[in-house]
Amino acid sequence: MLRFALLRTLSAIPTLLLVIVLAFLMVHAAPGGPFDDERVLPPENARNIAAAYHLDESLPRQFVRYLSGLVRGDLGPSYHYRDHSVSELIGAALPLSLRLGLLSIALAMVAGIGAGVLAALKNNTATDRLVTGVAMIGISVPVFVVAPLLVLVFAVQLGWLPASWSSGDAGWRLLLPVVALALPQIAYVTRLTRAGMIEALNSDFVRTARAQGLGLLSIVRFHALKAALLPVASYLGPAIAAVLTGAVVVETIFGIPGLGQLFVRGALNRDYTLVLGIVVFCAALIVLLNLLVDLLYGFLDPRIREP
Amino acid sequence: MPGRPRPRRRMFAALVACLGILSCSGGAPETAGTLERGLGAEPESLDYHKARSTQAGNVQRDLGEGLTGYTEDGDLVPRAASGWEISGDGREFTFHLRPEGRWSTGETVTAEDFVYSFRRLVDPATASFYSQSVTDIENAGEIIAGEKPVQELAVSANGEFELRIRLERPTPYFLALLTHPSMFPVHRGSIEQHGQQFARPGKLVTNGAYTLMGWELGSLIELRRNEHYWDNASTAIDRVRHHIVNEPAVELNRYRAGELHITDNVPPEAFERLREERQTELRVAPYLDVYYYGFNLTKPPFKDNPDLRRALSMAIDRQALTENVAGRGEAPAWSWVPPGVDNYGRWRFSYADLSQEERHREARRAYAEAGYDSDNPLQTEIRYNTSDTHQRIALAIQSMWRDVLGVEATLVNEEFQVLLSNMRAKEVTQVFRSSWRGDYNDANTFLQVMLSDAPSNMTGYSNKEFDSLVAQAAEQTDPEDRRRFLEEAEHLLLSDHPVIPIYFYVSKHLVSPRVRGWGDNVLDYHYSQHLSLSAE
Repeated sequence: MLRFALLRTLSAIPTLLLVIVLAFLMVHAAPGGPFDDERVLPPENARNIAAAYHLDESLPRQFVRYLSGLVRGDLGPSYHYRDHSVSELIGAALPLSLRLGLLSIALAMVAGIGAGVLAALKNNTATDRLVTGVAMIGISVPVFVVAPLLVLVFAVQLGWLPASWSSGDAGWRLLLPVVALALPQIAYVTRLTRAGMIEALNSDFVRTARAQGLGLLSIVRFHALKAALLPVASYLGPAIAAVLTGAVVVETIFGIPGLGQLFVRGALNRDYTLVLGIVVFCAALIVLLNLLVDLLYGFLDPRIREP
Repeated sequence: MPGRPRPRRRMFAALVACLGILSCSGGAPETAGTLERGLGAEPESLDYHKARSTQAGNVQRDLGEGLTGYTEDGDLVPRAASGWEISGDGREFTFHLRPEGRWSTGETVTAEDFVYSFRRLVDPATASFYSQSVTDIENAGEIIAGEKPVQELAVSANGEFELRIRLERPTPYFLALLTHPSMFPVHRGSIEQHGQQFARPGKLVTNGAYTLMGWELGSLIELRRNEHYWDNASTAIDRVRHHIVNEPAVELNRYRAGELHITDNVPPEAFERLREERQTELRVAPYLDVYYYGFNLTKPPFKDNPDLRRALSMAIDRQALTENVAGRGEAPAWSWVPPGVDNYGRWRFSYADLSQEERHREARRAYAEAGYDSDNPLQTEIRYNTSDTHQRIALAIQSMWRDVLGVEATLVNEEFQVLLSNMRAKEVTQVFRSSWRGDYNDANTFLQVMLSDAPSNMTGYSNKEFDSLVAQAAEQTDPEDRRRFLEEAEHLLLSDHPVIPIYFYVSKHLVSPRVRGWGDNVLDYHYSQHLSLSAE
């Protein structure tokens, strides 16, 4: 088991390295630089600033410098927010992103599993078609359409919820962004649960349980659901990564100073280190979550551990 | 503008400070309270020498204090210095610091502190954006270029409270420059102790009306009254919270909900309604910032073609643009230097006083003289950075040029950084949108950007006569002579048409009726120390 975990961890390193190289090349290839403005700096000032941030060195040298910092856990100073390091900026934005992301996942699980079970039990009825239809819409309608609609209805028309987030707010003010972020996930979980549930309900052990006279609810609760939820459990890893890293649009629409907004501002400001830092952080997070899922699988299914 | 009850407010603040109680009969009483201000985007730094955004400046003006400063109406006044003498040749300034000036630690603010700060500003290792603004000080340019040590900077202390600054040339706006946060003193002890982190809450030592209590990234910068400040008795408000709100629409919602007393901006789509609903709260004032279209003068069709440039300028109906498209009280621009600049009588385009009909006729004539007509129309591109307002203005100008002259203009929308690098490269740009904001209240801040060798001259405009007039203005010690040279330079610039000034921006804020002491000024500076809050 330990050897398996170690191998998996080691195999993540080249993936991360590739991500870092690509991201590094891409941010530097973008037109403009971190210190460009309508007020163009005189050459002497521009030289001093470039020297202070080592931007006067060759790209490979800058890359090696960045990498050696990274190995020591140092994401470097932000080029735009000159009083702060990239780690501090990520550290400040992460809690809010985590709160938003985890609440969305929780909502997606509860609502998605509930709807999926319902659709499976009412298989091929109008209810089933309604649930799968709504789920289909949830998957295909992008969040930048759903979120402003939610704001229009619940904040502007009905006035029940605030249109945007502000510092020191109570948790319920996050409700609209949480729902907006959770909707596509709810749709996925619904479809996964429904499929798993239908398969489980048609399996031999459920038929046996039925023959023994068990009620439908007990069958679902104690037998079918466990089997049906296996694909949902394996979806959890990518789903968490998706809501943590993919909240850019939701954060922008609701004015939430999370990782997504930080990333967008970093890109617009050509804050090389900030963009790289967030990319590296998110890549590491996705790799870690996938690793955890793999390890879980390895634990559940010994065949995977065989070389 | 309603009269501001400043002396009464001062007295009141002193009374509150002395008694520590608040009791008032008749009139709205004032409270020490907390001022909630919208700030806009997150400041990139609070280190005076490393920041450059307006947002950073707005917070820094609450924290620190330069030798000079402004009143709420924008009048220049002594602050950290109580007075000064200027030598006959206009090159040597002797400032007398206030002996009662204190850091937030209680230490005395000395001339040596200013020497240290000016040296840090020009030190290449500091990598400051704004060190360029002190190149008028003797040796500053060479120090920034790394050719001389910082000790050579002509800023010296004579005793504890006398500061001498020697300039390369007479600089009449030097006193106005000193109001800029990059000229505020930094506290040597805390920089030596904390290094790069000295401008953080709990570490930043300030000499202004407030100290830095907290900085919650992405949401809030919190200030508290500096008890050691020499003029603390005049400060009415105890706490100031600068809220970071990127979207003006979000800011407006928060103002409406009573969460903010002052907004940093007003969203264009809400402006008309607010003008009716909150007439007294909406504060719109002229601002030293010009919105312009620049021409790339290094390539055809605009190179060596002033008739064409003039025709395009005349074809733009600025009145219609400011009223119907920009629509937030902007003023049509008929000159390059905005109105409201001190000691300056503006030149205007020769066609400024014509009717739009007459201008259109003139435009068609100039267009024909430039060699274009309906069979051979000008084909060009207008480049602008992504924004609703810029797009609407570009669309309007595109259609004005088409209707009046038959010009076939295509719109090219680019991300800000992409547009900037294209403007600088002068390879693909033809007509581009940009703006120029004055750093201090003087015509020079607008004219110097059009010098042949000015780094921010994106048009490639190069006129030796213009350069020489601006240079001669800089040599004058008599303000009237200087003014004449500057005005002549602008006159030349306007007739050359390297740019089309379209409108002058206005500052726009919503200010709660509870806020007292608010003054409109062309620099849009609103020090919290000048404000007070009436009780709800």
